[in-house]
Amino acid sequence: MFAFCETPSALDGLAWLACYLTTGKHLDFYWSFVTVLTLLAVTAPVAMAFGFGGAMAARSPFLPLRILGKGYTAMVRGVPDIVFFLFFVIALDQGLEWLNHQIRCPEWTEPIRNGLEFRVCPEAKVPLGSAPQTVHQLYGFALAVVTFALVFGAFAANVIYGAIGAVPKAQLETGEAYGMSHRQVFWRVLVPQMWVYALPGLSNLWLILIKATPLLFLLGVQDIVYWARELGGSKTSAFAYPHPDWRLWYFLFLLVFYLSFTRVSEIVLGRLTARLSRGQATAAGEAMRKAGA
Amino acid sequence: MKKLILTAALLALTAGGAMAQTVRMGTEGAYPPYNFINDKGEVDGFERELGDEMCKRAGLTCEWVQNDWDSIIPNLQSGNYDTIIAGMSITDERDKVIDFTQNYIPPASSAYLALTADADIKGGTIAAQVGTIQAGYVAESGATLLEFATPDETVAAVRNGEADAVFADKDYLVPIAAESGGAMVLLAEEVQLGGGVGMGLRESDTEMKAKFDKAIGDMKADGTLNTMITKWFGDAAKTF
Repeated sequence: MFAFCETPSALDGLAWLACYLTTGKHLDFYWSFVTVLTLLAVTAPVAMAFGFGGAMAARSPFLPLRILGKGYTAMVRGVPDIVFFLFFVIALDQGLEWLNHQIRCPEWTEPIRNGLEFRVCPEAKVPLGSAPQTVHQLYGFALAVVTFALVFGAFAANVIYGAIGAVPKAQLETGEAYGMSHRQVFWRVLVPQMWVYALPGLSNLWLILIKATPLLFLLGVQDIVYWARELGGSKTSAFAYPHPDWRLWYFLFLLVFYLSFTRVSEIVLGRLTARLSRGQATAAGEAMRKAGA
Repeated sequence: MKKLILTAALLALTAGGAMAQTVRMGTEGAYPPYNFINDKGEVDGFERELGDEMCKRAGLTCEWVQNDWDSIIPNLQSGNYDTIIAGMSITDERDKVIDFTQNYIPPASSAYLALTADADIKGGTIAAQVGTIQAGYVAESGATLLEFATPDETVAAVRNGEADAVFADKDYLVPIAAESGGAMVLLAEEVQLGGGVGMGLRESDTEMKAKFDKAIGDMKADGTLNTMITKWFGDAAKTF
């Protein structure tokens, strides 16, 4: 990175550290923070959508839809995250390849499952074997995002389902008394008030989601935990910057990162709760009204 | 817009089917000097140089893939990559589930690394990497086996007193002992395990196996393999 980093062995002190912290490997480490933040930025809204859809389905008057909604939350909530992650990612990957294989290679005669091997025709590989490694990494990341969204969507569905039930019935009846249709009552009375009840549960889920991001490491995505372990391990002079076991410092850094991230989230969510409570028929809303009067 | 992005992504994933086949080389990237991720973030080491040379000789396009050791065989079988080139010794047990090329490193010694020369390797606690021939050997030797996911963690366990000694390929331990400043010593006892290090492939990939077998055979014959072994493992290393 810097011009004086040409011969690392001749450096010491701060110059060594400056060069060490800007190696290509460290830049990969810093990029992996972007990976984690991207995961959160994509997963949170998708999981919310899954959650909203799941909750709507679960309270639908139409029986098959209700079974689907309740089944989704019950199934995902009842399985440990890690088990679901390990199973679902492999199942999704092989499922995609199997489907692709049926479409592209109908004349292929060899078995797909051969002993322990899972082998589809080369044209049906997802992504293709000839694709650059970045495409493979993107694909792995996409699989992880889908799995995260599915798992956290089920939790969110449960929270939203409960929140919808918590809105006072009198509010809905008042809306109907004013001549609103069911649809109007749902969107204009129920949904705006539901968020106040859902927020404590959803903010809790957000914090759990942040803390669940190291599961990426388990799925083989090179995330911050992978790089912390890789960079922290002791290095012999086969490397340009040999050093003893520094994993403690790298993991300490991750600890500080996660702690500050969750702390900032808590502050933001606290403000959001205050804003949504304004004028609501809840204890928090009532306290605000009295403080203002 | 969303649909457009999705379609573009799908096209990117599926396009170029007619291109020449790329061989994806799976390695652990945590076992210097066999294979490691260098400071630029690339796969480096003896096996990187060897693999690139083999691909060149066999006329193949190769791409390097890092994969953790404990899932390296299952992920080969499910097709995440096409070869394992990760310091993997040829054993009968592994040969039942995958195929090996001929060895590119002759059967070499495994050794113990400990804080003192009198460490108890018969009845003490010995650290080894999970799923290695060394771990299998320790489990049968009567000592208490302590397994770790990465080689680096096995050495760290000895440094902080969790284990009495670490048992691994001697070529991996030699530089660590040499650079520890006397804090760690290689024990005199050495054990011969496995049939040398070879490249692992799926059993159904017989054609690719033949290509790599030929490349290794040629490199043994013209001496380039020996030069490479000496370059990465030192003059004391066994050659063909």
